[in-house]
Amino acid sequence: MPDTVSGTIPLRELAFARSGDKGDTSNVAVIPYEEELFAHLSAQVTAERVAELFAGLVLGPVHRYELPGIKALNFVMERALGGGVSRSLALDTHGKAYANLVLTLEIEAPSVEDGRPGTGVR
Amino acid sequence: MTTVRIGCGSSYAEDRIEPAVALVEHGELDVLSLDCLAERTLTHAQLRRLADPRSGYDLRLDRLVTEVITRCLDRGTRFVANMGAANPVGAAERTCELLAGLGCRGAKVAVVTGDDVLDRLDAFDDGAHSSAVSANAYLGAVPIVEALDQGADVVIGGRIADASLFLGPLAHAHRWRSDAWDLLAAGQTIGHLLECGTYLTGGNWHDPPLRTVARPWDLGMPFADVEADGTAVLSKLPGTGGLLTVQTCKAQLAYEIGDPSAYLTPDVVVDMTGVTLEQVARDQVRVSGAAGRPAPATLKVLVGSPEGYHGEGEVSFAGLGAVDRADAAAELVLHRVEDGGLVADELRIDRIGMDAAYGPATPPSGEPFEVRLRVAVRSGDRSIVEQVLAEVDALYMYGPAGAGGVRRSVRPILGLDTLLVPRDEIRPTVSMQEVA
Repeated sequence: MPDTVSGTIPLRELAFARSGDKGDTSNVAVIPYEEELFAHLSAQVTAERVAELFAGLVLGPVHRYELPGIKALNFVMERALGGGVSRSLALDTHGKAYANLVLTLEIEAPSVEDGRPGTGVR
Repeated sequence: MTTVRIGCGSSYAEDRIEPAVALVEHGELDVLSLDCLAERTLTHAQLRRLADPRSGYDLRLDRLVTEVITRCLDRGTRFVANMGAANPVGAAERTCELLAGLGCRGAKVAVVTGDDVLDRLDAFDDGAHSSAVSANAYLGAVPIVEALDQGADVVIGGRIADASLFLGPLAHAHRWRSDAWDLLAAGQTIGHLLECGTYLTGGNWHDPPLRTVARPWDLGMPFADVEADGTAVLSKLPGTGGLLTVQTCKAQLAYEIGDPSAYLTPDVVVDMTGVTLEQVARDQVRVSGAAGRPAPATLKVLVGSPEGYHGEGEVSFAGLGAVDRADAAAELVLHRVEDGGLVADELRIDRIGMDAAYGPATPPSGEPFEVRLRVAVRSGDRSIVEQVLAEVDALYMYGPAGAGGVRRSVRPILGLDTLLVPRDEIRPTVSMQEVA
């Protein structure tokens, strides 16, 4: 077993994210600061966990795609924007803040073998 | 031509003009492309055109002509924009009129039409959008290539797809064939990275103290040096604020995409999974590795229809017990709405500062010292919207203690729907005029 660092940390310490909108669909890209942590994040930041995080806000399925060339995860959430930017009664009609909710996910702190812990933020 | 330098001069309908001017003056560009449309922009433009048939194009047009196009003409930089919005022909006429007055005789202005399919909408949707005021197909790069091949200095269109505004000039300059899928995918990828302007150079990025941005009040627009093989180096002007790094490029590459192995564009299906980015110098990133497959058999058409009214009323509570008083105010308003028989299509209550961004998905946190209650309502009947908002206003006199700062607003809703139409139904046309 690798010498794991105990406990969990918010995803925000290891990754950045950006959300976008197309109609009633929102996408959130989650990208580790350190590419070595891509496998660690891929194992922990699953479509199921993101769907659970957005329960009640996102009404459709959540799909996860990978961009292996740039070491990014892309979460695509359907029926996520209150009917879409044009009709939504939400304050943040584009869901620009959705990325920041994903970054609240608590994930296991990476071990030395997963990547360099504590060096994520630049 | 070995390397083509293409810059981004606009990323939405109200983008700043000064960064575009700076890019033209100091960037030694071959081409400046400007994305001027978001999903709703065209429907708003169409409503302006209905009110005045000569309008309906980008509201910045006069400034873009006098401040940007004139500089492009001086330097031999070609100018490509979807600033025609709902009235590309009117935009081109106005452009020529202004350029004539500025002494730019002989400048060649091309206009791309054929995106507006409102008069044929019934054939595509079986009459499902009987009250539609706009229906525009997303055109690709082909008409831009055609216009530039004919020697256009300025190309003005309506709903040309954002990234195709960049692919078009690249395909023209590098002679990329319309079935050279990998090259077209490379051009679309470069266009996708550039078309959101400052999203590549430090906009939507600042998160202090985790991530800082130098001089965020003075972000520069990006440009790319593109080789004939489709590889490119993305960059920004020295001396502008912001930053252009592998990380800002990653964030933009994945922005507003679905399945990255099949990103649909009018020109090509792009596979971004093999795209790689490399920092080659400060504020310079090389991009390569996109792959392409044949263009989709259908094109996207965005249909906009008036759908009644949207209203918002807000009121603040502060101090100890602010949240309880806001909740009591919400209960009071809902009672009045019900007792008054005000049946809206949708009514929503948020507590700004607590749950407005994430609603039921909001994680638990401490109670704020102030909270702003927001009542949002949607109805086909404007008077219903106004009566609900009047109940928010009445909180001043009938509500919980310390209700303050009521603001109300009502605006028309333009509902947007997407259709897919066989691509041979959409026939873009290019016409050219010379400034007299």
